Amino acid sequence: MIWNESIECADRETMQGIQLEKLKKTVAHVYKNVEPYRKKMDEKGVKPEDIQSLGDITKLPFITKEDLADNYPNGLFAMDMEEIVRIHASSGTTGKPKIAGYTRSDLDMWGECVARCLAMAGATKKSVVQVAYGYGLFTGGLGAHIGAETMGATVIPMSSGNTQKQLMFMQDLKSTHLCCTPSYALTIAEAAEKAGLKPEEISLQAGVFGAEPWTEGMRNEIEKRLGIHAHDIYGLSEVMGPGVSTSCSENAGMHIMEDYFYPEIIDPDTLQPLPDGEKGELVITTIGKEGMPLIRYRTRDICYLNHEKCKCGRTLVRMSRVFGRTDDMLIIRGVNVFPSQVETVIAQFEDTLTMNYKLYVGREDNKDTFELAVELADGLAIDDIKFVENLRSRVDHELRSILGIGCKIRFLNAGTLPRSEGKAVRVEDTRKL
Amino acid sequence: MLIKQMSVFVENTTGRLAELTRVLANDGIDIKASCIADTVDFGILRCIVDDPEEATKVLKSNGFTASITEVIAVELADRPGGFADVLEVLAAEKIGVDYIYSTIRSKEGTAVIVLKVEDPQQAIDVLQKHDIKLYEFKELAQMG
Repeated sequence: MIWNESIECADRETMQGIQLEKLKKTVAHVYKNVEPYRKKMDEKGVKPEDIQSLGDITKLPFITKEDLADNYPNGLFAMDMEEIVRIHASSGTTGKPKIAGYTRSDLDMWGECVARCLAMAGATKKSVVQVAYGYGLFTGGLGAHIGAETMGATVIPMSSGNTQKQLMFMQDLKSTHLCCTPSYALTIAEAAEKAGLKPEEISLQAGVFGAEPWTEGMRNEIEKRLGIHAHDIYGLSEVMGPGVSTSCSENAGMHIMEDYFYPEIIDPDTLQPLPDGEKGELVITTIGKEGMPLIRYRTRDICYLNHEKCKCGRTLVRMSRVFGRTDDMLIIRGVNVFPSQVETVIAQFEDTLTMNYKLYVGREDNKDTFELAVELADGLAIDDIKFVENLRSRVDHELRSILGIGCKIRFLNAGTLPRSEGKAVRVEDTRKL
Repeated sequence: MLIKQMSVFVENTTGRLAELTRVLANDGIDIKASCIADTVDFGILRCIVDDPEEATKVLKSNGFTASITEVIAVELADRPGGFADVLEVLAAEKIGVDYIYSTIRSKEGTAVIVLKVEDPQQAIDVLQKHDIKLYEFKELAQMG
């Protein structure tokens, strides 16, 4: 089902007309009401009336995470606090949290975006949506919640954790859709298996998973173990939260709600725009938000765009899976390593390894150390050293060919690593640089 | 004649083996023979226990990677050459041996060794042809 067909299937010309009008309005709004934007634009010598086509967007300055930190808490708000009805914040691993403010109309827009996402996952008014993202300052819980309510589905606001209760409600209330992080979806799948629950004994049809990077291998595993379709949902709390884009049943990229979020892909070094299909940093301009609009916001997420019409009928531009966040990137012995690359390798060994893994980075004698600890599959029969050494050398070979550097590999018994209830902690970097 | 041996993958951290054996003890499992193959960061414990199915189950539920492998148990004469006699029989038939260890107890004047071979059924046939005594699982489980 397509939630808003006239927008989601609009032809390119119509969409560009909508985008241009909303872009002009947003630029005028921030120039008038947000001092830091006015200053940045004046420095570049650009005025709101210089925006006459979508291509003119490149005349505008970028905004970064550092700008958000510098203007903590609400220096980038474009509306008076009395118009702001909700605050969210992202934890931010360093420094102050990034705060976002929403007006009533911003919340309506959020509800509309997430309702479109849930519809892509097959949800309707009749669905029962179990929200197992954390509720609170984090946008996951309340974001999924508002979309399901907008749709008119039944929402179970579980929040994250308490996995046994999640399973009980899932069975007793016959949840059809699960919204949580992919790592928590696997934790739930594992708990269901432990409880002897088979996929056909639960009513779950699909899951809408996001808030952390994951791979195709992890998607396959979730789909198999829970017997559902797994959809990828993308968003950033400073931009809105989940619902910026989602994958449809074609699983061929995530449709961006581009009447609200105008995407660009740039080369993070030269800052020049890149064409469809080329990987670069995603830059988002919000063109429907009032409370805290962001102009040319550098997300640090690496992906590419595809403007072709999708088989599902939607014309909304698609972004690829996020290959990594430049923030997640580790530089080990001078080589760029994304945890998602390691996950891709682990997924190739699905009969012997699980998706429960952790990377340890340290420093010894002025050299970086890099270790992968990964749990062996449950029920594996291991009787000789050769089996383990052979597995190790195969994993090592694959890692080397993908990462370009070697990695110490340590195998753990199933169930050794802590289980995720939210965003999985995949890396422990103890280097003090 | 096939004997069920339990094989357990153990991470090489201090106390892990103690944990494992305590789990077995708490479940009333008796170890009849054991050996460990070790590397820098992990080891594989192999043992003959009185109830391999139960032992495997309890270890699995305590987070160990445990499984069952089939081996054979052979009686040797406790004298110089007793071991060689048996191995020569296997070698003559080109039956490769993966590993060997001995039981904790045995009858006076004899020793019992546990053998993991490539083809246990073939080994059984060959050893029996040479009148070498093979143990049934029951005999081992009741020993001591």
